[in-house]
Amino acid sequence: MTTPAVLADGLPGDVGRKRAAISRRGQARRGGRTRFPLWSWFWIGFAALYFLVPVFSLVQFSFGGTLANGRSAGFHWFLAVFDDPAFRSSFWLSAQIAFETVALSLLLMVPTVFWVHLRLPRLKPVMDFVSVLPFVVPPIVLVVGLEPFLQNFTWLYSRPEVLPFIYVVFALPFLYRSIDAGLRAIDLRTLSEAASNLGASTFGALARVVLPNLRSAVIGGSLLTFAIAMGEYTIASLLLFNTFPVYIFYIGQGPAAHEATALSVISLLLTWIAMAALFVIGRGGRETAQLGVTK
Amino acid sequence: MAAVGTIEPAAGEPSVGPPSVGPPSEGSPSGSALQWRRGARTWLRWIGVVPFFGYLAIFLLIPTGELVVDAFKGPTGHFTGANVSAAVHAPYLSSFETSLELSALSALFGGILGVFVATAVLHRGVPAALRPVVFTFSGMASNFAGVPLAFAFSATIGTGGVLTGLFQHLGVDLTTLVPLTSGVIGLSLVYTYFQFPLMILLVIPAIDGLKREWREASTNLGASTISYWRYVGLPIILPSLLGMMLLLFGSAFSAYATAYALSGSTGNLVPEVIGNLLNGNITVDPQLAYALAFGMIVIITVVLVCYSLLQRRASRWLR
Repeated sequence: MTTPAVLADGLPGDVGRKRAAISRRGQARRGGRTRFPLWSWFWIGFAALYFLVPVFSLVQFSFGGTLANGRSAGFHWFLAVFDDPAFRSSFWLSAQIAFETVALSLLLMVPTVFWVHLRLPRLKPVMDFVSVLPFVVPPIVLVVGLEPFLQNFTWLYSRPEVLPFIYVVFALPFLYRSIDAGLRAIDLRTLSEAASNLGASTFGALARVVLPNLRSAVIGGSLLTFAIAMGEYTIASLLLFNTFPVYIFYIGQGPAAHEATALSVISLLLTWIAMAALFVIGRGGRETAQLGVTK
Repeated sequence: MAAVGTIEPAAGEPSVGPPSVGPPSEGSPSGSALQWRRGARTWLRWIGVVPFFGYLAIFLLIPTGELVVDAFKGPTGHFTGANVSAAVHAPYLSSFETSLELSALSALFGGILGVFVATAVLHRGVPAALRPVVFTFSGMASNFAGVPLAFAFSATIGTGGVLTGLFQHLGVDLTTLVPLTSGVIGLSLVYTYFQFPLMILLVIPAIDGLKREWREASTNLGASTISYWRYVGLPIILPSLLGMMLLLFGSAFSAYATAYALSGSTGNLVPEVIGNLLNGNITVDPQLAYALAFGMIVIITVVLVCYSLLQRRASRWLR
């Protein structure tokens, strides 16, 4: 940046005064940059409080209360929850559904996004738009619309295996973004041309060259998908399946408020473990992505 | 996450062209054979996306389309406008009003808070090491929705909540100031919990997309921080900000679990009313549920159209 103060002082009359005023403002601004950014920290602190206070309250509540013998509860509610066979069955049902959702959505999305990047780049704006759709389509609308359709397939409709098929739709935006970003980070064209020059088929190249480079993006997207499928309530409850969130809701409606908060803490921890893993992988991912760049 | 990709620069993206045709130097077949191969390959290329779009058709588009048709059908299958007409009159009209109000309020709260936090994190006086932390926490919080979130807020500002107790010492009753079980203020605060982190995740790439040169150029021309944002930064970024807030609006409008866990069957939001009509909490009336769902589709469609228009406008400067 030039130092207009020196220049401006040498100028006569109006122009000089104006320039000097401007430069003073500029200096004040430049001085302000190094000052402690109070407003920035205010907003960051406010956001941190907004984020932490409800979590703190939830955790406190799950350890709170007193038992019949007058002792404070401690881990009592958690132990009570773990003892409940309904907890275990709903939890495993949800975990199973989440795994199936991840497998199904990877099977659908990885080849598609790969194909669009490599062969149909002009379809990308369409994909971008389509992948926003499930984000705003209300789950309840989808249930209302799907119910009559699914009733044609009673063997599927009555089984919880129907849920992964629906959850894939909602996992789509997250998985698409993640794989799309992963593919952008590597030089897909060069990689796949090199692979085919060495005699690999298109899908051989996908499996043996591109996928290893996409590892962190795929794992990241899968974790998000897992967390979403694990926490989905609306569709499962309206189709009458006892998944983990439906069970939490059911307990919360009853008199067992402390158990319900303990369950919420467990659910929260699950999501957070997934997100923390995402963070760790994301950091490792940058290195992998850089390794993949052949430029 | 949603919409991020559309504003990110398409780095390393080869320009659009016929990519699958080999270079002419490779053993050249006759012209017509090459043309045939080219045609076949173009055609084959589209087969690669059939599973994806087929899946979406079955699980997203056809159900939605069928629902729109069913909304105009009576219980015996004849066509009628009675359901839709009932859906847009009292008492169901007020559900739409409440839902729209809640969505707008939480998108506004979440959007504004998200933008402030995002700009704060990107401020150069704030250590860059904070960024990944904020990203991660935003990812956590934006996925913390539904039943557990409802319970967390009950434990915070509900009856017997932690903050409720604190504020009672100050003589403020939070359960009447921001009631969780009725009205939209309390609920919009709950929704803001997952809305503002989502906004942070969406908006950081857009703010990062503001070129440093623009800031320097305006400073050299004598602009203060305020006039930089007023005349340069905000006009460039505003379309994408509004687009993202529309996405927040859409996500609040479709949310069901959080509100239902707080208010039970007394809730008056459109998704809650549909849920009640389906599971028979009050009455079972699938036709009316179809009509209300159709109303939701109409509103979501308007949101999406505005979103894509804004997105087009936003991509003029931010690529």
